[in-house]
Formats: sequence, structure tokens, C-alpha cells
Amino acid sequence: MHFDAFDRYHDKESFLHRLDPRVKVLVTVIFIVSNALLPDGAWFAFGFAWLFLLLCNLLSKLGYAYSLKRSIIALPFALIAITVLFSIPGKPLSSFHFLGITFTITDAGLLRFVSILIRSWLSVQMAILLVAVTRFPDLIHALEHLRVPAILTTIIAFLYRYLFVLTDEVFRLLRARESRSGAVTGSKRRLERVERSGRGVLWRAKIAGNMAGQLFLRSYERSDRIYNAMLARGYAGRLYTLNPHEMKSVDYYATAFAIAVIFLMQWIGRF
Amino acid sequence: MPVTHVTNQFAAPECGGDVLVVNDLRFSYPDGHSALNGVSLKLCEGDKVALVGPNGAGKSTLMLHLNGILNGQGDVEIAGMRLSRENLPVIRALVGLVFQNPDDQLFSPTVFEDVAFGPLHMGLPEAEVRSRVDAALEAVRMSAYRDRLSHHLSVGEKKRIAIATVLSMQPSLLVLDEPSAGLDPRARRTLINLLRDLPITMLVSTHDMKLVQELFPRTVVMDEGRVVADGLTSEILEDEPLLNAHGLEKP
Repeated sequence: MHFDAFDRYHDKESFLHRLDPRVKVLVTVIFIVSNALLPDGAWFAFGFAWLFLLLCNLLSKLGYAYSLKRSIIALPFALIAITVLFSIPGKPLSSFHFLGITFTITDAGLLRFVSILIRSWLSVQMAILLVAVTRFPDLIHALEHLRVPAILTTIIAFLYRYLFVLTDEVFRLLRARESRSGAVTGSKRRLERVERSGRGVLWRAKIAGNMAGQLFLRSYERSDRIYNAMLARGYAGRLYTLNPHEMKSVDYYATAFAIAVIFLMQWIGRF
Repeated sequence: MPVTHVTNQFAAPECGGDVLVVNDLRFSYPDGHSALNGVSLKLCEGDKVALVGPNGAGKSTLMLHLNGILNGQGDVEIAGMRLSRENLPVIRALVGLVFQNPDDQLFSPTVFEDVAFGPLHMGLPEAEVRSRVDAALEAVRMSAYRDRLSHHLSVGEKKRIAIATVLSMQPSLLVLDEPSAGLDPRARRTLINLLRDLPITMLVSTHDMKLVQELFPRTVVMDEGRVVADGLTSEILEDEPLLNAHGLEKP
């Protein structure tokens, strides 16, 4: 069984798919930094950023709402910012009691909270789009070209390659546990208990611990075998790659256009 | 089970060992388990040799010695070169080692990068690397898979790519660890045809006795860290007492 649950790349023929991965990574990073730099309550700039995002969605031919739909899962993480609602001094809007403490929501807090929500939401969407239109190996190449240290890109590449192997391994372990978590004939144990595999919480925790240990040992031994396979093909501590990417004039134009748009966005946000 | 040491019982073709000479190789793992107890073996240009024996006989350990990943006591010579620290890089290019689990062998994101890994680390120029990758993929009939991601392939496809990753180094000795394990009949058949057509000296460890019978004129039987028989496959496979004594079956 293959587990491709993490593969978010969508194979399509589009302008964005054809663009050099360096351009895409660079523009995404600048877009995210620009979002973070926009002042609170810069609604026009946020709107402008969203239009830019919409344009990217359309250029990717994945449908204008593609990144919107995917971004919903990431949104709960932005709720970490909920504390700013109460912690920034300003005009009180409303207050409520919880656990004996009075929480007061201020107007400045609300403004900052909504701004943070919009910023992270815009940034997450662009990242989602980047991963959807760029094959992962190309992303790694782009990082290499952008002078990210080789050790980091190598770790990311291995992580990506073996994430799938490891999840397969986890699911095999889980399946093996499930198929041996039965009940004695005639016992009254109900199906939902069998599905939760076995006895009490403690017992299950112990089994889960064993499985984590197993997984660690297997991964450790696998890393040994992989290293041997690398040695066998002449690895001596340095990784070499061939990069088929070449910046074409359209890539330069796209970069210039995107950076101009992002500067305009900053200008709108500040004046 | 007592192990009887029969040697020279079978009329093996005379061979001076111009590709590989292993002389009295001994190796113990760090936990004290001794895996090789004096293995001697010679391979000549064009030999296709099966290495059979029960699990734990030392087949994989022997294979890991052939390009210096493990270092036991005794001599290993590849193409007349003694295996030592200085000529380790050259020997690693001469001996193409294919591991049993292709997921261990294919560690790069794409097929192209994996096949290019060996030639790139040999320091070859880019054009040469590219032509070697194309030739290696052509040899295993996987040219269409050049830009695919390794984790999306089936086991049979991964196996063939794994073989391509060492063919691209143009080795003079191909060493395969259980290549047919876990393959369905069609993938196995494709692999057999592939191995038959490759004009390279090869040493293949396997439990697949039908494969041995079909593909390899010469067979080496190992048990308990020793070579217990070395000769013509047709004769070894007829010697049922020998096969039974070492946990093997007549195909």
C-alpha cells in the first residue's frame, strides 16, 4: 500500500507549473514577508494581496477557489493569536467572566486579531499554491539554488523520500495490531472495543510505546542500510546534483511583475 | 546440523579469477557472531554465478565485503586490485551492489537523480552523466520513468530502477542480493530476462532455485560462513543429499 496522503502536487499544464521553481519559492517568501510587514487594518492592501492570490490561482488552472478550500484546515492554528484580543490596551468593547477572571475585548485587540488572521490566511494560501504547482524535487532544487545550506536541503529531501516509507511502516504496524486484537469466542466484548484494540488505556499506551520503539529501531536500521547503499555508489560525504533548471526571460518578467505588485501592495498599505 | 565440507567435488570450469578473488575471508559482527569463517571464491569475466544457502549463511555479509562496506580479515581483489583504503572509490565504481530492499537503494526524490547518483559521485562531466543515465534506464527498459518519483513505483519497477542505479556506474561486477524476492510472476519474468541479457559478470544471492536453474551456469553454496560447494549448477542441483544438508530444495 502506498501512502500519498502528503503529496499535494497537482499535475497540470499551466503558466505557474511551467515557471522556474526558484521564482515561485522567492515570490512566495517575499509575499509572506510582505504580509507580515503590512500594518494592522490595512484593508485595501489585504484586499489587493487577495486579488494577487486570486490571479495566481487562476494562472495555476486549479480553479480560483483552490487555495481557499485547502486553507481551511490551516486556519485553526491562527486561533493561537486569540490572546491578542484581550492583551492589547484600548477602548473596551465587551467583557465576560470565565473561571473567575474578567476578560475584556478591546478595539485595538480586535483590529490586531483580525489582521493577524487575514495575514496568516493569505500566507498559508500562497504556500498551499506553491506546493500544488511545484514538484517537491524542484522545490529542493530551488532551495539549493537560493543558497540554502546543503545539509538542510539534504535533510528535507531524505525526509520527503522516507516519510512515505515510514507511514507505510506505521500503517503496517497498526494493521498487525488490529488483526491480532480479537476476543475469545463467546466473550461479550463489543466490536467498538475491538476496534479500539484491546483493554484499557494503560495497556494501549504500552502497546503504542512499543510500536514507537519498534518504529525507531526499524528507522535506525534502515538509515544504516541506506547509508551503505550510498557508500556503495561512491558517496564520500558530499552530495552532488544535476540541475536541469534554467531561468528563461518569462521567469525574469514574472519575478519583476510579482515584486512590483508586492511593492505596490506595501505602498497601498502604508498610505 | 553438522556441516560437511565438500570441495572440488564438482567439475567447475577453470578460472584464475580475473574479476574477483576472495581469499580466506573471515568476519565477525560486533556482537561476536561470526558470519564468515574463511570464504574463498573466484569469478571470471562473463561468469554468472548464483550464491545460495540458508538464511544466516553469510551471503549478504560476503556481498557487503565485495566493495569494502564491511572489512573482514582476508583478501578481496577486484580486477587485480586489492581492496584497500586508497582504491576504495575505484572499487566502489567497479562493483555494483544492489540491495535486497529497493527502498533502501532508492533514496533520491526522482528516478533520474537516483540513477545519476553513482556517476555524479564518480566525478564524471555532466554530459557523460546524462548519457549514462539514459543508457542505464534503457538497459532496464525504464526510460519512460526518468522523471517519476521513486515512492510512486511498484516493487518490480523499483527493483529494475535499483539495478539501473548501479548499471550507470558501468561496473565490471554486478552483485545482487535476492533480486526476485517479493516479485509477482510477471515482474520476476521481466527481471530474469533482464539479467539474462545483461552482458556483465554477476554474483546473485537468491533462494529462488528455479531462477538458479534457469539463469546461472555456476552455483556457489554457502552455509555457516563457508563455501560448501562450488560448481556447475546442473550437477549441484542433482545432488539431493547436498541440497538437503544445507536447507535447499531441488527445483
